[in-house]
Amino acid sequence: MEELSAKELRDKIAAGQIRSVEATGVVFERIEKYEPVLGAYISTFKEQALAQAAQVDGKIAASQPLGELAGVPVAIKDNMCTAFGATTCASRILENFRAPYNATAVEKLLAADAVIVGKTNMDEFAMGSSTETSGLKRTVNPWDTGRVPGGSSGGSAAAVAGRMCFAALGSDTGGSIRQPACFCGVVGLKPTYGRVSRFGLVAYGSSLDQIGPVTRTVADSALMMNVIAGHDPADSTSIDETIAPVCDYLEKLDEPVEGLRIAIVPQFNAGADEQVQKALTSAVEVYKGLGAEITEIEMPHLDYAIAAYYVIATAEASSNLARYDGVHYGHRTENPEDYVEVYSKSRAEGFGKEVKRRIMLGTYALSSGYYDAYYLKALKVRNLIRGDFAQAFEKCDCIMMPVSPTTAFRMGEKLDDPLQMYLSDIYTIAANLAGVPAISIPCGFDEKGLPIGLQILSPAFTEERLLRIARMFEKQTDWHKGKPKIKM
Amino acid sequence: MSELQYKVVVGLEIHVQLCTKSKMFCGCAVEFGQAPNSRVCPVCLGMPGVLPVMNKQALEYAVLVGLALNCEIAEFTKWDRKSYYYPDLPKNYQISQYDLPFSANGFIEIPLESGQTKRVGIIRVHLEEDAGKNLHTAGNFSQVDLNRAGTPLLEIVTEPDMNSAAETRALAVELQRMVRFLGVSEADMQKGHMRFEPNINLVITKDGAEYKTPIVEVKNLNSFRALERSIDYEIQRQLDEFLERGRVIETGNKSTRGWDDAREVTVLQREKEEAPDYRYFPEPDLMPVELTPEWLEDIRKCLCELPIKKQMRYVSEYKLSDYDAGVLTSERSMAEYFEEVIAEGGEPKRVCNLLTQTGLKMANEKGCSVAELGIEPDGLAQVAKMVEGGDISATASVTIFEEMVRTGKAAQVLAEELNLVQKSDAGELEAVVEKVIAENPKAVDDITSGGKKSEKAKGFLLGQVMQKTKGRANPKVVSQILDKKLG
Repeated sequence: MEELSAKELRDKIAAGQIRSVEATGVVFERIEKYEPVLGAYISTFKEQALAQAAQVDGKIAASQPLGELAGVPVAIKDNMCTAFGATTCASRILENFRAPYNATAVEKLLAADAVIVGKTNMDEFAMGSSTETSGLKRTVNPWDTGRVPGGSSGGSAAAVAGRMCFAALGSDTGGSIRQPACFCGVVGLKPTYGRVSRFGLVAYGSSLDQIGPVTRTVADSALMMNVIAGHDPADSTSIDETIAPVCDYLEKLDEPVEGLRIAIVPQFNAGADEQVQKALTSAVEVYKGLGAEITEIEMPHLDYAIAAYYVIATAEASSNLARYDGVHYGHRTENPEDYVEVYSKSRAEGFGKEVKRRIMLGTYALSSGYYDAYYLKALKVRNLIRGDFAQAFEKCDCIMMPVSPTTAFRMGEKLDDPLQMYLSDIYTIAANLAGVPAISIPCGFDEKGLPIGLQILSPAFTEERLLRIARMFEKQTDWHKGKPKIKM
Repeated sequence: MSELQYKVVVGLEIHVQLCTKSKMFCGCAVEFGQAPNSRVCPVCLGMPGVLPVMNKQALEYAVLVGLALNCEIAEFTKWDRKSYYYPDLPKNYQISQYDLPFSANGFIEIPLESGQTKRVGIIRVHLEEDAGKNLHTAGNFSQVDLNRAGTPLLEIVTEPDMNSAAETRALAVELQRMVRFLGVSEADMQKGHMRFEPNINLVITKDGAEYKTPIVEVKNLNSFRALERSIDYEIQRQLDEFLERGRVIETGNKSTRGWDDAREVTVLQREKEEAPDYRYFPEPDLMPVELTPEWLEDIRKCLCELPIKKQMRYVSEYKLSDYDAGVLTSERSMAEYFEEVIAEGGEPKRVCNLLTQTGLKMANEKGCSVAELGIEPDGLAQVAKMVEGGDISATASVTIFEEMVRTGKAAQVLAEELNLVQKSDAGELEAVVEKVIAENPKAVDDITSGGKKSEKAKGFLLGQVMQKTKGRANPKVVSQILDKKLG
């Protein structure tokens, strides 16, 4: 049963062929078996989930109307506030924090009758590309338990790949949905900035963050988008639907895009591992076979994307994380001498190294005397990058490139060199800076049997077409059907 | 002996709490005096994951003030984060406005004691959210009440155009009157709706040379009294300090002082302009605001004639005293009520007296405004007309006004009921006067002979007429008849 896609499960539950309680039971069996190895979850809600499942089964028996995800067990990254359980952001500073409200995306899942399995592990405060900076737990890649699952939504990706849920929510600020999805051989979509509400998503880089689905199929991604996309009056940065209406992302999903024009950026791709480049080329060939037109383009300012990102994101983060001070909620140090020590010691004790590093970077970039040279400059570079995308999209429907220069690296391999870690975000970061939607879909394996991902980017608010483009590839190939053999 | 003169230079920063129903960035109620942390929500508490949503009404109120202060209103304005750590600031940053405030470059006219006005420049007006309150009463620790956190706060910064403590106070009082008039703030000092921070220095001329003392900013004053006294104190302190140490203004030597209300002195808080680096950057969670011409016009429609203009107009048009005009314009509802009564034909001076004396007294007793006493404008105008026409005396009009409020009956009706209708018929009164003259030969003698006793005697005869008519004779008419008969 765990091989069913979320949509297939949803359909079977709605048809009365499978009971949600059964599916939820299967999920928790797998959690019991594989969680000790995979470590994808910070917390799980077995009792609550079974109760939710039973409620859905009850609704079906009574022929009551059902939500779009009725009875489907899903996981939520632990940086989205839930009024149940804790919301830790994988940090000791929020280890016991219980949010008094649900994030809007969570409310939407609940309103769609989804069954919430648990909160997944992540890099602390979403700062990382491997989930190794989590202050609470260690998550491994189901395909090779000596390797990272990717980050920062590593827990969500491992849970989906490990069939310990049927779908999950992740968040993406510089690639944090796409890269772990790629490393774990699943589908990860970062919607257009403003497409999904950020209310209740613990902020890291406010102008970059988006919530998005991690799933095994493109259709599941579309299904999740149907549930979570839309304007939220509580989020002033969520797009007004009179400007960009939401649509049914499933409706035309299987319709290929006629006259598809694809752009690739050879200069940029050259930095990826040979096998990753090969997989990308093969993938593009598949599209050629379907009649797509391939153009080579240049995006000259992408070289500066990482620098711009690490100034903007850390600057915003230094401000967003100022509230974790031990005064109002979260960890407070014992025996402070004065109120300044409440701040300094609580934060010193509660935050991990990477978080501290990024707060320092961001504070510096915003400091008097440095603001112009760093933050303001980065904003200007960001505009230039947006310009590169605007230019590219004049001549094409989508851009294709790798997700990551490598496949999943070994645990600890990049931990000692933060810069090396940052440089691995090279392909994913630009989409966050430009605000455009981007998806990672499985497109092959390397010699070690590790998944490789294809990244497709499209213009703002064109998720419907982006999903159709991705579906075209999925229909032609079997890469997404891979199942990891979890080493116990 | 050396020649020493000095000029006082004061600029003022004022924070005004707006009276919107809800806070600046969330739906919590803005209410004073509630149980601690009872008017809060995840947003104003700065909980993880929350986002601000701009209160449109607050912005419109703010723009109204900008317009009233003759400022340029920015077509494009935005929000910025101002970072600093303090327990009453839950996010450890305040959402404020930095380089693109919604208004700048205006002025305000303030009334001086001489009856003239002075123009004070306004550098800028911007909007921000207020912080909560720290309470240091409970023993070994402090408590934080966040009810006030997130309240819409207007910050007004003036040019250093004031030259005395009295002038600064006048500006503060005028601003209070203005924001109340506009209906954008209660400006109740007891509730902390207005806070002041004066920047003070002196320009001293000694032996022909000019010296400027370092600027001092006095933080967080919340009464007109504290404002005036702290400035007066600073003037003397700076003078003394200059004579003693000769310190003059240099870049970066501005200092911050607090006001000790008990000892009535300013106390040094921070030497040198070690102003904290607030690391301002544009607020990424809020959209910038475009104040379109259409929107601006809609807001402008809510502008009213400003109190100072009204006050001056009452003096020049209606010949009211400056004091009376000031009383009438201390509250918008009273001024507008006054104008409505005038429009119904009431004579301005008379209506003014009725309102400022009797009206205010009754309003205070009832705890309402003069306009809420329940008398229609034409009703009160009627009273004034009756006095003008001699139907009732001025004294009687007070009684009638009071009874109108108490019983709701019309002026005419009450005048009859209470026997206050004045006798003004000269013919009828002449008979009485003649009788009184006949009965009081000595008084008549005193009058006709002129001299010191004349006035007193006349008054005596007048009193006799009033007695015989049971107080209903029109004293003016009686006086005229007496004059005619006795010369």
